[in-house]
Amino acid sequence: MPKARAQAPIHLVQALDVLSEVRENAVVVTSMGSAREWVRRFDPHPFDFVHVPSSMGQTPAIGLGIALAQPARRVITCVGDGSLLMNLGCLATIAAAKPENFVLIVFDNGAYEVTGGQPTPVAGGAPQFDFAMTARAAGFAEVESLDNLADWRNQASQLIHLPGPVCLVLRVQANPSAGPVDRLPPAGERARAFAAALQGDDAPRHPPDSSQSPEPGT
Amino acid sequence: MWTPAEIRTHLVDMGVTHVTGVPDSTFGPWFDELRTSSEIRLVPVCREGEAWGVAAGLHLGGAIPLVLIQCTGLFESGDALRNMLYDLGLPLYAIIGYRNYLNRAASSDSTLRFTEPILLAWGIDYVLIESPDQIGLLKDHHRNSRRDAVPGVALVAEGRG
Repeated sequence: MPKARAQAPIHLVQALDVLSEVRENAVVVTSMGSAREWVRRFDPHPFDFVHVPSSMGQTPAIGLGIALAQPARRVITCVGDGSLLMNLGCLATIAAAKPENFVLIVFDNGAYEVTGGQPTPVAGGAPQFDFAMTARAAGFAEVESLDNLADWRNQASQLIHLPGPVCLVLRVQANPSAGPVDRLPPAGERARAFAAALQGDDAPRHPPDSSQSPEPGT
Repeated sequence: MWTPAEIRTHLVDMGVTHVTGVPDSTFGPWFDELRTSSEIRLVPVCREGEAWGVAAGLHLGGAIPLVLIQCTGLFESGDALRNMLYDLGLPLYAIIGYRNYLNRAASSDSTLRFTEPILLAWGIDYVLIESPDQIGLLKDHHRNSRRDAVPGVALVAEGRG
């Protein structure tokens, strides 16, 4: 049975700290592990969209839609490798749509962290499954793979502002003991607030949302 | 059903800014028409579940998206649809092709058994469009969906009739 990677040079929280420092006024869409840490570490930003609860694998599609509707804004979408594997076709969809303002950050830890760290189907494979090569083959305009914090810290600001679509693959350590996403306001309420901020106007009307906390896992 | 030029005109009239989905044999020519449209942006996806995510992002960003898929794609869409419509509470609208509906008397296609019960199970308000002269029904349903901010589906009959 393949094993999830025990060690990788970047901690997810360190990678997110860097992203928070360089995002300026970009939209940041997070899911799964990145959502958990984003919510824990940073004050809410009006252009944050925390996709929790999610439909696993659909977060890049949401980010693509936002980028197409808001072409003047940079849209950074964070996804885990397990989620991306669940909807790998989204790489082709995004590349075909050619959104210049879209950045996909893949946090590759080789594991389903939220469920306890089980290895993904491709973890430990030989040859190693290469998300960057896959994104490049799909047609992303810019693709970079990073496996140490110094490089990410030095290059992040430049990379997230390249003409897109951009795919950045960061090898990070799995942290299966990190627990679930903290309690959040209802997703519909957060979606309305995010839409209102993006559109600079009153939120579009939505049906009443049924409250759901704590947020379910996968 | 409607010609490609007719559906483009209808969708523009409805205020649709983006169409996202996967073509079937009925909608294929519509996709060809929309691909060259200056008024509506076509966003093709690789599988139907993605279309709900793309439509969700478009809606959040202030666009007026429409999901265009066959009923087989509705079956594929389950978890994405659940999340976008019910967790996020987004009032997304879809045109869904009802495969073999016009051949239903002689067809053993299992989509005929499951399509409407599944829409009912998801709690989605839908209208059945059986002929092109029912365009008013579709436009009214879409308008009401937007007014009431609730999801909606127009189930469009397919087959030779």
